[in-house]
Amino acid sequence: MKWETVVGLEVHAELSTKSKIFCACTTEFGGEPNSHVCPVCSGMPGTLPKLNRRVVEYAVRTGLALGGKITVNSKFDRKNYFYPDLPKAYQVSQLYAPICRDAGMEIEVNGNKKVIGIREIHMEEDAGKLIHDARNNRTQMDFNRCGVPLIEIVSEPDFRSGEEVLAYLEKLRETLLYLGVCDCKMQEGSLRADVNLSVRREGEELGTRTEMKNLNSFKAIGRAIEYETERQIKILEWGGKVTQETRRWDDDKGESFGMRSKENAQDYRYFPEPDLLPLYIDDEWLQRIKDSIPELAHGKRERYQRDFGISEKEALVLTEHKNISDLFEAVSAKSGEPLEAAHLLTGEIMYLMNNANITPEFLAVDAGKLSVLINLVISGKINRNAYKETLAAVFDADVDPDEYIAKQGLKMVSDTNIVGDAVKAVLAENTEALADYRSGKEKAFGFLVGQVMKKLGGTGNPELVRKALKDSLSV
Amino acid sequence: MFDLSTLTLAKLIRDREVSVKEAVCGYIDEIERTNNKYNAFITLAKERALERVEIIQAKIDSGEDLSLLCGVPIAIKDNISTAGLKTTCASKMLSDYVPVYNATVVDKLEQAGMIVIGKLNMDEFAMGGSSETGIFGVTHNPFDETRVAGGSSGGSAAAVAGKQIPLSLGSDTGGSIRQPCAFCGTTGIKPTYGAVSRYGLLAYASSLDQIGPIANNINDCAALFSLISGGDIKDSTCVSEKSFAFSENNEERMEGIRVGLPRNYFTSGIDSGVKEAVMSAVKEFEAAGAAIIEFEMPLLEYMVPAYYIIACAEASSNLSRYDGLKYGYRSADAKTLSEVYLKSRSEGFGLEVKRRIMLGSFVLSSGYYDAYYKKALQTRALLKDAYNRLFTQFDVIISPVAPTTAYKIGENIDDPMKMYMGDIYTVSVNLAGLPAAALPCGFDGDGLPVGFQLIGDAFSEEKLIRIARIYQNRTNYHNTTISAGRK
Amino acid sequence: MTIDNKLISYLEDLSYLSLADDEKVRLTGDLEEILNYMARLKELDTENVSERSHPFDNVNAFRDDEVMASFDRQLILRNAPVEEAGMFSSPQTVGE
Repeated sequence: MKWETVVGLEVHAELSTKSKIFCACTTEFGGEPNSHVCPVCSGMPGTLPKLNRRVVEYAVRTGLALGGKITVNSKFDRKNYFYPDLPKAYQVSQLYAPICRDAGMEIEVNGNKKVIGIREIHMEEDAGKLIHDARNNRTQMDFNRCGVPLIEIVSEPDFRSGEEVLAYLEKLRETLLYLGVCDCKMQEGSLRADVNLSVRREGEELGTRTEMKNLNSFKAIGRAIEYETERQIKILEWGGKVTQETRRWDDDKGESFGMRSKENAQDYRYFPEPDLLPLYIDDEWLQRIKDSIPELAHGKRERYQRDFGISEKEALVLTEHKNISDLFEAVSAKSGEPLEAAHLLTGEIMYLMNNANITPEFLAVDAGKLSVLINLVISGKINRNAYKETLAAVFDADVDPDEYIAKQGLKMVSDTNIVGDAVKAVLAENTEALADYRSGKEKAFGFLVGQVMKKLGGTGNPELVRKALKDSLSV
Repeated sequence: MFDLSTLTLAKLIRDREVSVKEAVCGYIDEIERTNNKYNAFITLAKERALERVEIIQAKIDSGEDLSLLCGVPIAIKDNISTAGLKTTCASKMLSDYVPVYNATVVDKLEQAGMIVIGKLNMDEFAMGGSSETGIFGVTHNPFDETRVAGGSSGGSAAAVAGKQIPLSLGSDTGGSIRQPCAFCGTTGIKPTYGAVSRYGLLAYASSLDQIGPIANNINDCAALFSLISGGDIKDSTCVSEKSFAFSENNEERMEGIRVGLPRNYFTSGIDSGVKEAVMSAVKEFEAAGAAIIEFEMPLLEYMVPAYYIIACAEASSNLSRYDGLKYGYRSADAKTLSEVYLKSRSEGFGLEVKRRIMLGSFVLSSGYYDAYYKKALQTRALLKDAYNRLFTQFDVIISPVAPTTAYKIGENIDDPMKMYMGDIYTVSVNLAGLPAAALPCGFDGDGLPVGFQLIGDAFSEEKLIRIARIYQNRTNYHNTTISAGRK
Repeated sequence: MTIDNKLISYLEDLSYLSLADDEKVRLTGDLEEILNYMARLKELDTENVSERSHPFDNVNAFRDDEVMASFDRQLILRNAPVEEAGMFSSPQTVGE
């Protein structure tokens, strides 16, 4: 019988509020250690939390977008455990009444569609950062991240392969980005996933699962799933038993390691957080949050086709990543040329990104400059060659298009005298091609056009060049 | 000066007949003279107070009207955060801890022109009823120095009774303002939960803790309450919208006031001296024209268990932050992180604190949560419903504060169950979040003060204070206390 | 219920406390007495009674999402038993 992998995911997303969940310190990433800290988020004696309203709104927004049921009477609980990154020695989280339950998301792998169940979404506070100084055998604590708001999105154990997990994560990331609730920068830890994995023979009961932490990229998640699946199968095939435990993934070594047993036997003693009042989300507030949900990918896809006449294929490419659709909307608004903007982003820009090995979330091109270029090409101030060349320069070096065009002499030549002179010269220099043309070889015309363009430094008005050449040849 | 009411002293200061410096220095001298007897103060903030004296006097001289207690010195229980001034909770764990921020109540007092002159002794982390468990030693009862001052706000009550300070702040989680007031013959208010901000109160049990005033009479308490009450953006549970408005009255009659008397509070486990004095107060109410209505208080035998389960559960979590890493005591010979935690906490906390932390960990642990913690929360719901019904029948409930008067130092320290049972009359008020005032009503056979409490419905402080004031207008125990305390 | 050594050491672990032998003897007795007393709550019929964790039924206390200046780092670290490079410090945690 074949082995089957069963995976459930716990995704932690840092919410992109301005201030922390329970105090007014900034959530900005980085900064000098302990410079974004106050008595509340560093857990000083006597301090109390005050809940940031926007945290609730972002969590509800996410729950609604994922089709979940919003808990009208929700509340916070304390999760008690000692660890140096947790200054109060408890994390304010939600166990008994999470903000959202029974959500889900459809994914598609190799053409097969499947819905992944999301058991719950709950709100909690992030912990601080530990810096391990191995040389001096010390651990140092930076509380800047303490109290940054998180939502934890807990899936059902519905995944059967690493591909499914990655497809889900990709789509979840895009959804969170579209919702504007998380910047999803895995490298800064604002999106993190823990993997719960077990294996079983197909059709059998669920096996013993392990939980893997410290997965800092989608690639690491893929590798860790592969590694853990093989590890568990090997244990079971040799007649052993999988131990239920938390394992830490080491991406450099490509292996995971069991954490010490003390961390595995936890009794968190959850109880309702007495320092915060329960939440009550009435219909009116819920409706206002519903109304605040921005347009998501599928809505945009339909609108682009309907309002701009963009093809389905292009609309799909434009909406796959929020960064691309944001750029598209900015460029088409500024230039007033949505079709041209769509061609540009799905064509030339994609090509440049591939060449430069840039993924959509890191794309940074100035929408204003792209609009200027579009207007220049459409109004006939530059031709397509110059357009492409300048585009590459904008993409690579963020040059100013007007200056670049002037400096490189890329302005389109539409002066009939100049074009006429160039045609004359080319005909004089290419008697062989001229003869070919005269003898009925149509291909020679294209060659001659190319030669004229070359003479004009690539900036000739293509229509004018054709016309002038035709006129000369017909004489 | 020491025999005046605080409001009278405050008026003399406002009228510039007494200078702020005279008032503050007079009390500081008194503290320095008597503190070795009472041990009510942990920290005396002499320099800080003298700096403030100049500023406040200048404001008074320029005609600025800061508040009705402007220029009056005050001392604060040492579990309330004072920026730049040690706040120890009477624990080795925090014996050198200097907060970097003020509790909201401290900000309010300072804005009102009051002068903080010191921090007051207590049971370690407010866990106790005798002010014997702190690292800085036992607080002595000014009436009889061989006896306890009560607790956990023992220093706050003893300092007022001993004339070391005209007013103080205490905190009450299960009776910690009222019981020392009863033991020391002072007057105190445990406000409605949420009437006073808890921001900056080093938490013992978050859903029960409340800061309140202690003074020689209800008027002075009410004046201080008017300064500290009111909403606070920093405390989600501080739900009162406006602060208490102080007014005086000279009424002596209580016609139309319905006073509930819980019959079963007097049947067993109460000292005869306490019972007699409290019953004499009941007579006084009757004489004033109030209707006394006897009733059977439900759930009496379940109050102490429910209280200790909830309080210890919250405390076990609240006190986890004392881990030797960020502030407070760190054991010198800790070599690993585990040792930092284990040794700092084991060496930094006293036995009663450890007992409650372990109890709290137990009632929350998996397997016991439902039988203990959940059950206690349900009991709390039943109790709250019972009180809601009672307050449709009564304006106030009259009850003893404690079953005994002040006991001998060391008498109960080794018997936690006996200590816990001493809270039988006070804890239900905290579980239900209600206001209560403790008032002196006489003396027992040993000449020790007896107090009683008036319990009101939520946010009915105005009515509660008015009734308490009528009682004090008709009696003299609060004044007797003053001279007794002076001997 | 009876409190045995195993439970006491479990509670010590949860609470990060290590009791001296004499404390252990005392607390074992105390906890047993207190917990047996607390157990009388079992007598109460609480079926269909909801749990009350706050004295009142207020809900929704929020602040707006506005940033205010954080505290000076020196103040944050003022009470740190050990401070290094602007951070709190403890002996190494890894490998324990």
